[in-house]
Amino acid sequence: MKTWLATTALALTLALPAVAQDYTPDPNAKAGGSITITYKDDVATLDPAIGYDWQNWSMIKSLFDGLMDYVPGTTTLRPGLAESYEISEDGLTYTFKLRAGVKFHNGREMTADDVKYSLDRVTNPETQSPGAGFFGSIAGFENAGPGGLSGVEVVDPLTVKITLSRPDATFLHVMALNFASVVPKEAVDAAAGDFGKQPVGTGAFKLAEWTLGQRLVFEKNAEYWRDGVPYLDSVVFEVGQEPVVALLRLQNGEVDVPGDGIPPAKFVEVMNDPAQAARVVVGGQLHTGYITLNVTTPPFDKVEVRKAVNMAINKERITQIINGRAVPATQPLPPSMPGYTEGYAGYAYDVEGAKALLAEAGLADGFETDLYVMNTDPNPRIAQAIQQDLAAIGIKANIQSLAQANVIEAGGAGTAPMIWSGGMAWIADFPDPSNFYGPILGCAGAGEGGWNWSKFCDEGLDAMAVQADSLSDPAKAEERLKLWSDVYMGVMEKAPWVPVFNEERYTMKSERMGGDDALYVDPVSIPVNYDYVYVK
Amino acid sequence: MVYVLRRLIQSALILLGVSFITFVLLYVLPADPVRQIAGRAATAETVENIRQQLGLDQPFLVQYGRYLAALAQGDLGRSYLQKTEVSDLILSRLPATLQLMAAGIVAELILGLSMGIAAALMRGRIGDQLLMMTSFVTVSAPQFVVSLLLLYVFAVKLGWFPIGGYGTLAHLVLPAITLGILGSGWYSRMMRSSMVEVLRADYIRTARAKGLGRARVVFRHALPNAILPIIAMIGIDIGIFMGGIVVVESVFGWPGIGQLAWQAIQRVDIPIIMGVTLVSAFAIVLGNLLADLVAPLIDPRIRLR
Repeated sequence: MKTWLATTALALTLALPAVAQDYTPDPNAKAGGSITITYKDDVATLDPAIGYDWQNWSMIKSLFDGLMDYVPGTTTLRPGLAESYEISEDGLTYTFKLRAGVKFHNGREMTADDVKYSLDRVTNPETQSPGAGFFGSIAGFENAGPGGLSGVEVVDPLTVKITLSRPDATFLHVMALNFASVVPKEAVDAAAGDFGKQPVGTGAFKLAEWTLGQRLVFEKNAEYWRDGVPYLDSVVFEVGQEPVVALLRLQNGEVDVPGDGIPPAKFVEVMNDPAQAARVVVGGQLHTGYITLNVTTPPFDKVEVRKAVNMAINKERITQIINGRAVPATQPLPPSMPGYTEGYAGYAYDVEGAKALLAEAGLADGFETDLYVMNTDPNPRIAQAIQQDLAAIGIKANIQSLAQANVIEAGGAGTAPMIWSGGMAWIADFPDPSNFYGPILGCAGAGEGGWNWSKFCDEGLDAMAVQADSLSDPAKAEERLKLWSDVYMGVMEKAPWVPVFNEERYTMKSERMGGDDALYVDPVSIPVNYDYVYVK
Repeated sequence: MVYVLRRLIQSALILLGVSFITFVLLYVLPADPVRQIAGRAATAETVENIRQQLGLDQPFLVQYGRYLAALAQGDLGRSYLQKTEVSDLILSRLPATLQLMAAGIVAELILGLSMGIAAALMRGRIGDQLLMMTSFVTVSAPQFVVSLLLLYVFAVKLGWFPIGGYGTLAHLVLPAITLGILGSGWYSRMMRSSMVEVLRADYIRTARAKGLGRARVVFRHALPNAILPIIAMIGIDIGIFMGGIVVVESVFGWPGIGQLAWQAIQRVDIPIIMGVTLVSAFAIVLGNLLADLVAPLIDPRIRLR
């Protein structure tokens, strides 16, 4: 059975568990105007195959498009450069019909050859893309190189057929990642290795000016293929600005959105000032902060010990340390992620119960261990709270506060018994439950250098995960989410992590900024969806 | 001529030594740059592949040899994460750093020399002691604290200057003063002792005896002689400046090479770290060399050997 999902609405209803609806344009939106956004760190690159930072993620989304996209401010998929798509019955072939007449910023029309080129490029090891691994389910991925991907085929100028080596229910999300953006070959070649500084895409904005280390200016793409957007004429990004300084400038009316959000040191002050608090925007984030317990390092090889640690941590108190900018977590998935297990209470805070479990494991007198943590505020303070909680059940944890790269190295090498994940992991790459498993809880990530810092590897759960992701038939979406929920409940049974909290994002916008609040805390276009905000 | 040649060879050896030590330090760093490039979705094969492409799987001496060979051709390599040529990144940021340095030197000279002259003229009196105490404080004050203090008082509270950033002369004032305050302490002490010595000289007494005014004696007769040893110091000073610039650029959001280095360190972007270190070392060596070569031109009593 093959079905052409010719209309957008039909395609989305079948493809997604949630009731999908496209974006309703804001009736108050006005075209025109320019806004100023600040960031502390410089923008490293705008090459969609390379960029993987806080600052450049949403910039790249505004400059480029992929075959798939999300409804603004939501985690709901919608077609992008693909007008429609067809999934074969075995879930192994995706055929995308492209929109006709879409132009790159250089004026050339986008075709199926560009789609193939872009996917070949991002998976070619020579490109050194940090996102190459996401495309692992495309046939020929293992042999990707200058010759390209055998699984991506140009059928005609407006049709691309992608063959997978295994069914992958997350594949449409993968095609919506920045890494899957469509780029024109001639512009990449012309940039001679520096496409990241001279980006050319099909997106709502084009790069007009870039003074390294100072500012970038995005200009409206008047020929953008989506009607009516973007609203803004230009967006100015000023980099090298400390978040505290950005906040002062926001109050002066010089800045519209501080890209790095509200700095922790200023949070209480902002929230207590009614004028400032009125401009704060709060949104959920697909984030979980957790403590990894290395299951290969005694005594954490005993499940009783891991459960005892879970019961010893006072999560409420830790959320207070960050001024309540988070909700206590019960499980690996954040509440806004599909597949989250409603009604599961997790391990309750119970000091006596924790002591009893330790005694059961033969460690009634406790033990000494190391807790690794990234050395920027508030993480060392959180580690101290964890240290105190552990001391209450007789565990002496020595805090190893190091630079981010060094903690990641120790985690990958498996030399860290405990790690507090704050500042490093884990924010979802795409809104699907599988993204919280494979790299950080599955066997694939448990090897040397992987991001599974617990080195937890349960083959039974891995098999369930594979089974869940093979259910690519949209009609089986519910069944798939149930399976994922079971996987995470299985993880909690083995307790390789202490899920601590799910962070919420607090940001601000100037008085004159218009558009739904969700656009300023967009779960996908992090941190701001520049295409849909406007000036009042 | 022989002297110049010898100094040039010495300078080249110093730079070679700096490059070697920096390379060793970055090599033994317990953070793997390849992991930063490969990203968290990378498989072990991807990581190995990138390691090979960058030549990071080679023994230390091979890596260092390759770096030197490229360097000899003026190639500082490409940034691991930005993929841009390191020389382009440094060149685009160098004007901002040079501008800040020049302004910093002017600020420290104005502050330091006037304090030194004033102290020398009030030698032994309370004003002298106060000025010399101030110079102690400015030499020891951490630049991070000084810059935040200046930013808070003059930009946030009084609103006289913009709150960080780059572009106009107004943006330059606070960071330049921050740098100047540190250096002014050294200069004021040197200027004071040099001036005190000159003021004791016979020709000054003669000038006074001729009936010349105090101001004329100080500024026409004493100052040109007293200032000579100070000028030679400016070249050496560049080293101290390079250290301060990383801090000051970060706080004030000044888009120079200090800020570039700071961000590269956080991301283990080794080619940038190497490049900025070498350029800074080059500036310091060049500064010292110039100071030594210029000294005999302005003071014939100094002979090169």
